[in-house]
Order: sequence, then structure tokens, then C-alpha cells
Amino acid sequence: MSHGQRTGHPRRGREDSSSHPSGDRVLVLPGQEIPSQGLKPGPGTYRVGGKVYASILGLLAPKPPFLQVIPLSGRYIPKPEDVVIGTVTDAQGTFWLLDIGAPRWAPLHMTGTPWDVEIGETEKFLRVRDSVIVRVENLDPTGRIGVTMLGDGLGKLEGGTIVNVSPARIPRVVGRGGSMIETITRHTGAQVAVGQNGRVWINGTPDAMLRASEALRLIEEQGQRRGLTERVESYLISTSSSNDQGPGVAPHESAHRDAPAHSVPPVGPADERIDPDTVGPATDEY
Amino acid sequence: MGSVGAKDVPVLLTPEGLRIDGRRLDELRPLRIQAGPLHQADGSAFVEWGANKVMAAVYGPREVHPRHLQQNHKAVIQCKYNMAAFSVDERKRPGLDRRSQEISKVIAEAFESVVFAEEFPRTSIDVYIEVLQANAGTRCAGLVAASVALADAGIPMVDLVPAVAVGKISGQIALDLKKEEDNFGEADLPMALVPQSGRLVLLQMEGHMTPDELSRALDLGVVGCKTIYEKMKQALRDRYSVDPIAAGAA
Repeated sequence: MSHGQRTGHPRRGREDSSSHPSGDRVLVLPGQEIPSQGLKPGPGTYRVGGKVYASILGLLAPKPPFLQVIPLSGRYIPKPEDVVIGTVTDAQGTFWLLDIGAPRWAPLHMTGTPWDVEIGETEKFLRVRDSVIVRVENLDPTGRIGVTMLGDGLGKLEGGTIVNVSPARIPRVVGRGGSMIETITRHTGAQVAVGQNGRVWINGTPDAMLRASEALRLIEEQGQRRGLTERVESYLISTSSSNDQGPGVAPHESAHRDAPAHSVPPVGPADERIDPDTVGPATDEY
Repeated sequence: MGSVGAKDVPVLLTPEGLRIDGRRLDELRPLRIQAGPLHQADGSAFVEWGANKVMAAVYGPREVHPRHLQQNHKAVIQCKYNMAAFSVDERKRPGLDRRSQEISKVIAEAFESVVFAEEFPRTSIDVYIEVLQANAGTRCAGLVAASVALADAGIPMVDLVPAVAVGKISGQIALDLKKEEDNFGEADLPMALVPQSGRLVLLQMEGHMTPDELSRALDLGVVGCKTIYEKMKQALRDRYSVDPIAAGAA
């Protein structure tokens, strides 16, 4: 039981240097005893009678002075500063409630928006089923999640579609330094915004949105494999409509042709918000 | 199954100590558990146990519906056990009945004692158990499936909860009764165990046993639960160590 199972290879490059000397992480299950090695029980663990056990299914990743288990599944657990994509579920007099895939709905107060909202007129700006990109501002012990729409790249999402992936897969969706997202946008011409809550907004031509969401499905299914970016890239090249000349087209060549071929409005800020803001800090967290 | 006279009782135990399906008294029926077959749920599991087929899905923690059930200091655990109309020989009248309400209640209470519900105040963890095919012991099969589904949903808890029914047939204590043994036997004792602490979180009994028999039945049930526990853990490892998400997508 104590041997657990190997998880293949590290899922995320950056955390190895910070926490664990060996790359292999051990899968642990609820109720499984964890050798404590003098560490304190941290997230995903509990202690009874001097012994530490896992409380969730996940990967054991000691982070001195704490033992912790990184979840592999489950709902999005919000963290301050996370940029997330939500859907309006209710509009009240002074605030909206957003479903961000977390255990609870997150209130977005009218003062947290760039608009001049009159009390009772929230529905003039956002209505139920509208989608927004917001930032988690604060969490309180009762599980209340405060979000804001004030900041670069935040706001209402117009058009496009939202694809759900597992929150545990977001680091792979983003890729190292945003490489995966860059690959998808380059080959499809779609605009993409990634929320740390596992929701990905895609906007572009129907064909671009279809291929981008298929690429996301690929990432979700094969997230633990090596060479995923290459795999996704070859998928995108193989499905490219401007690839009629047959195989053997280098990725960057088709990219040049893709760019003008698609009638996607070149929204500068939208693209920038994806890479540096949304993507950068979040990758470090995992 | 109609009315059955005492003469019609089948032979549940041969002189050689074999049961109607050829099992020994301390043998379980074949058990297969699959973690994560459903996509929309936060966690799910499918259990085939003998002729039982049970699907469990877990949603949450999420907003509580109806609102008045919300608890300010912890998550509520809501369980719905349901038998499909086609799950038994004679059509089962669909919908809530006294039996399914009772089973939903005891299963929810079993999980209340293992889930760390305080981590998610004012939310609900919803457990759905659908019995597709029934052949005695469905509350245990449902509980096993739901427990794997809870782990698959990333819900923090003390331990997985294996469960099994022990019974009495032809005067002997027997593990994991099947339908005929349940119908014609003398007693049925479903139980659920928390291996980490050794505590029982579900224990019911129908029929008659002497105190000595009860004690032996509990011992036998604990042994059975340990075997089931291993299969539950293996089901989760199979899903998460090979390919976490593709296993559910296939």
C-alpha cells in the first residue's frame, strides 16, 4: 500500500525544483498513511494519533515544513489573484452572482466593475448567462469568494464559446511560458482566454473554435504525456484548411498563412491578457 | 416472487458447504469497480457485484438546493438512492418509496461521519446512486460505488468506506448474500466499515441471530470489507495512475 503508484513523470516542470528532489510523485488515496518524516500535516492530509493520512486523492508533494497532497480531480478551489471565467447565475440590486465552478457562487459587486451602475440596474450591464472574466480578490473562512472585474484583461466576454477542462489540467493548457496557448492561437487564429478555474474562452471563426476546442480535449485526455505541445501542434496542422498543399508544411509557414486567412479581429489587449497576466503567475502556483 | 410455502425453500447450503452459486460461506461474489465513467459529474463510479449493477455520481461541493438545508458551518451531504424500474424481475414502481428513502438516509449518514464537511461551509455534496440491476446487497454496492465516486470527486474524507452484507442461511453465517439467500435465509446484516479507524458507519439487521452469531457475523463482515477496500483502491489507482482523465473519456 505504501508504494502507491508512479505517475509516470512530473506533470509540471516548475514545481520540481522548489519542492521535491525526485521527479516522480506518488499517488495517494483517502485514508492512506503517509510517512510524516517530521513534517506537519498540510492541505489534503489529516493527523490522528500521531500518524498522518491523506484526506484526498492526489499526488504526494511534501513542501517543508508541511506534507501536502495536490488534488488531481474535483472542483476548482479558488485562490486570491486567480483570473477565472464565470457565468452570471443571478442579478441582485447591487451585485451579480457568478458560477466560477467553485463550491459556491461568487458575488461580483457593482463597485468592482468599470461601469457606472445604478442600484437596481445591474441587469442593464450583465444578465443571467452572460460570461465574464474576473479576478479572485478575497476569500473568507465561510467560503465566500469576492471577485472583481477591475484590472487588465478583465471584463465581459462577448461572443465566442467556453470549454470546460479539469482545473488540474490548466497548467498543461497554458504550457510552459504560455507555449501551448501560443500554439493554439497561432494555428487556429482564435482568441483564447484561460481561467484558472478550468474554463477556457475561445473566440474566432466556427472552424477555429472547433479546432481549438478539439485541441483542448486532446490536452485534457493526454495531459500527463510528454511532447504534448508537439502532438497538439501536429493535430492543428493536420486539420488546417489552408493546408491543401499536403503534408510537409512547416508549422511556422502555415502560421503565416493562417493569420490573414481568418477574419479574427486582432484584439491586442485580449491576447496580452492571456499570456502575461492570466498565465504567468498561475503556472507557478502548481 | 409471490407467496412461497415452507416446502418451496431452495437448498441454500449443500452438505459439502457450498452455496447455490457454488461459493463457500466466506466467499464474496465477483466484484468489479470502475472509477470515473461519467463525464458531467464531479466524480463517479460503476460497480458490478455479482448480478448487481450500480452507478454512482457525486456533484459538489456546490450551492445547496433547497436553500433552507444550508448549514453555516459545514457542507450538507445529500444522498439519493434509486432503483431503476427495470432493475428487478417485476417492474419496480419508479420514484421515492419508503425503502429508498431509508437507504438514502443511512448512506448519507455513513458519509457524514467520514467526509470533512467543515471544509466547505454552506455547500452541498450530492450523491446519486442508481441501481440498474438488483440482486441483494444493493445498499452496500451503492455505498461502495458512492465512496469511490466521492474520492474521484476530490472530496476530502477520513477513508474510503467498504461495505458488505453478512447473513444467516441454513443456520450458518455467510458472507455477501445473493437474492435467493436474502429471500429465504434467516438474517441479513449489511455493514460499512472505516478501515482507517476500524469504526462501523452503517449497521442494520433483518431477521434473527444469536449474540454469538452476530459477533461472528461482524468478524466475517470486517474481513469481507478489507477485500472490498483493496478493490476500491485499485479502481482509483487504475484511473489515476495510467491516464487520469482519458480513462473517463474513453
